[in-house]
Amino acid sequence: MSDSTAIAHDAHAAPDHGHGEAHPTYLRHHFENVEQQADAAGFAMWIFLLTEVMFFGGLFTAYLIYRNWYYPAFVAASHQLSVVWGTTNTAVLIFSSFTMAMGVWCAETRRRKGLVLSLCLTFLLGLVFLGIKTIEYSEKIEKHHVPGFHYNLSSFLDPDNDAAAKAASDKALPLDMARHTEVYFSLYFAMTGMHALHMIIGIAILGYMIFRARAGAYTSGHVTFVENFGLYWHFVDIIWIYLFALLYLISRHQ
Amino acid sequence: MTDQKEMESASHHVVSPKIYVIILFALILGTAATVWASFLELGPWNPVIALAIATGKAMLVVLYFMHVKYSSKLTKLTVFAGIFTFLTLIGMTLADYFSRAWGQW
Amino acid sequence: MSATIVSLPDQSTARIPKVNFITKENGLLSWLLTGDHKRIAILYLISLSFFFFIGGALAGLIRLELLTPQTDLMATDTYNKVFTMHGVIMIFFFLVPSVPATLGNFLIPLMIGAKDLALPKINLLSWYLYIAGGILAIYTMASGGVDTGWTFTTPLSTHYVNTNVLTTGLAAFIAGFSSIFTGLNFIVTIHKMRCPGMTWFRMPLFVWAHYAASILMVLATPVVAIAIVLIALERTIGIGVFDPTKGGDPLLFQHLFWFYSHPAVYIMILPGMGVISETISTFSRKRVFGYTAVAFSSVAIAVFGFFVWAHHMFIMGISNYAVLVFSLLTMLVAVPSAIKIFNWTFTLYKGSITFETPMLYTFGFMGLFTIGGLTGVFLGTAGTDIHLTETYFIVAHFHFVMVGGMLMAFLAGIHFWWPKITGRMYPEKISQLAAVITFIGFNFTFFPQFILGTLGMPRRYASYPPEFQILNVFSTAGATILGVGYLLPVLYLTWSLKYGAIAGNNPWQATGLEWQIQSPPLTENFTVTPIMDHEAYDYEWLENQKAKEVASVG
Repeated sequence: MSDSTAIAHDAHAAPDHGHGEAHPTYLRHHFENVEQQADAAGFAMWIFLLTEVMFFGGLFTAYLIYRNWYYPAFVAASHQLSVVWGTTNTAVLIFSSFTMAMGVWCAETRRRKGLVLSLCLTFLLGLVFLGIKTIEYSEKIEKHHVPGFHYNLSSFLDPDNDAAAKAASDKALPLDMARHTEVYFSLYFAMTGMHALHMIIGIAILGYMIFRARAGAYTSGHVTFVENFGLYWHFVDIIWIYLFALLYLISRHQ
Repeated sequence: MTDQKEMESASHHVVSPKIYVIILFALILGTAATVWASFLELGPWNPVIALAIATGKAMLVVLYFMHVKYSSKLTKLTVFAGIFTFLTLIGMTLADYFSRAWGQW
Repeated sequence: MSATIVSLPDQSTARIPKVNFITKENGLLSWLLTGDHKRIAILYLISLSFFFFIGGALAGLIRLELLTPQTDLMATDTYNKVFTMHGVIMIFFFLVPSVPATLGNFLIPLMIGAKDLALPKINLLSWYLYIAGGILAIYTMASGGVDTGWTFTTPLSTHYVNTNVLTTGLAAFIAGFSSIFTGLNFIVTIHKMRCPGMTWFRMPLFVWAHYAASILMVLATPVVAIAIVLIALERTIGIGVFDPTKGGDPLLFQHLFWFYSHPAVYIMILPGMGVISETISTFSRKRVFGYTAVAFSSVAIAVFGFFVWAHHMFIMGISNYAVLVFSLLTMLVAVPSAIKIFNWTFTLYKGSITFETPMLYTFGFMGLFTIGGLTGVFLGTAGTDIHLTETYFIVAHFHFVMVGGMLMAFLAGIHFWWPKITGRMYPEKISQLAAVITFIGFNFTFFPQFILGTLGMPRRYASYPPEFQILNVFSTAGATILGVGYLLPVLYLTWSLKYGAIAGNNPWQATGLEWQIQSPPLTENFTVTPIMDHEAYDYEWLENQKAKEVASVG
């Protein structure tokens, strides 16, 4: 690995160093030097991620409270989700995180083609994730598991007539508890929806980045934007890792 | 490794792809493990294990993909501050909910 | 009162520097698209003042209605809308951004020797978000208003009112992001942009206070954002997270809301405390006593602020044990607040105190904030809280802290840095008069409310039993005086823009880096990067500096 870094430096870094250290065009006027600017931007991104942590924090708090209150309802409702789709999506997102990390590496070692490829792969994997999410959502819509006026309890009152519930050999819930599955689905849609919103924003930014990367914008030493976007993308991945464990895998053995 | 460190400035450590590949496999393995564990009957340990594996995976992402392992103390402190406030929100709120069940004095 | 530290340049020869951040570029666009932290601060100052007077007008309507026991001026639901909008505008559009977005924006880069905030575009974005939220709030008011109270209490806000909860919530949500971006910018700037020699313990306490407040902005605000999102989802599609009929818990909303809104009161007061540290040192000619303690007490207030929120919920049905714990933790906040008050008092001791307008406001702050803070201890005590909560005692308490504390500090800061911002002095005598009028008017308005609350007059009602009338008349009369006290500065500060005396670089003989450069400053603040080679509030350094200047000129 040290070889590859060295090669990259030979190939691209050397000609750039001449004016790169003095006053690169991307250095904003109010910073002393490039390092301060990159430091500040990276730190700002981390602070922004803190706000994101707290934003999702409210949802996680709500989830934990209601899961404790209505555990049987949460178990039965989580059986309505497909573990296969969930696991696939987790793997997709982990792969996209990997390709994003590779993209950052390519930018740092100034490999333009590698960067474009990594970003394109991340973009595609992001779309795959959203595609699978759409399939899952449409299943919920068909079964009237979307909270609100049309919410339908039959999967939980009469599990023998419901494929997913039968597969998990669920027992019928009393009406009172069955009604609380709606709270589960409220949280399911709020949390995954908020996560999907972050994915959509991320994919939009990725599209923009691919264009810029093709023009070589991030492979001439100014990698802050790619790095910061990488942080954002990994953060969205981490949220999903928790959502997967909390929403899909409450208790598959019962 | 040491050569490479000298080449990069202190604030900017380039992690090699080899590590990324290892982390990728660890994460996939973790995902498989957590799915497998959820099908076991472990009583109260089910959620504990699910959350432990998820936290392990999240830590790998934070430390390696997000480069926190190689970052400044300030970044580490920032991450810690986020976790701390997050746990405060959850912990103090849940403390109310759990102690409600204890009833009046 | 003849003693003064003001030293102005010879008015017959003095000129405002030809090149400064105001004259650098002309035209509306050069302001609306600026990245300069000083110009953004001025944009904020103008828009904040606008919202302050809207909120103030609503307060005037409330006091007029309460002049008589009957509901005669407006219908009860109109009254509900008026006090709701008063709260929403004053909190989200005045108090939270007040000192940070104006003085903090203007001064933090100057104080730490930076050319600008770390993220100038984000800074401008934060102002646009503020304006977008503000316009939405005004639209809400024009299109029928909202009557949930500024707290959006569930299930009232989700099920029982058909007013503009969504738009108001969106306005608060957007304003919240404006405040997050301000806080984020400050934290990054303070960490990464300090000039050589500016160590953490050489920073002015104003910067420390803003750092602590920024931590709260960044970590607490997102929680109220998600709470508002959940309210919106509850109202639009009925997701049921806060709906008891579906198994949700309305108290969860209270937890999420107060997790932000309690720290929010520290977001409001901490920057004000920063202002007080600066003025009290300058007008006593002494280093702030216990600099380190005051600096850390800001951070302590910020940290403790996260552990006390449920004291807003003592009577809402949270567990007894939680009440006990949150009550004890609430007492802890009194400690760093008292550390500040005591250290400021010790700063005065044997100082050569002068009584310019900022100092008068500072004294007002210290007295009123102490009363507000101590009555907060009454309310933090679970037993007395049950008697006093939801009465006018609460109203008086938080107005003592917010208006008596924060607004006094805001005015102290505006007067103190006015010569730096505009290059001209405000007229001293009339502004001293305004400070005294504000203080008298404030006490007339809000002190009777303590008594009313103790007697049991509930808040948020348009009518009240006739025996409470005399104190309410006092309060309304005081509000009129207070209104005069707030109008005066607008008039004479505007006047001073053209006719005020030329201030020169350092009219107060203060030590901060911001006073060592021209007023108004250049767009790039410093012609050469300053090097901080002395402690903050080092008046001997300033004397030596002046002596050196005289020697070199001679």
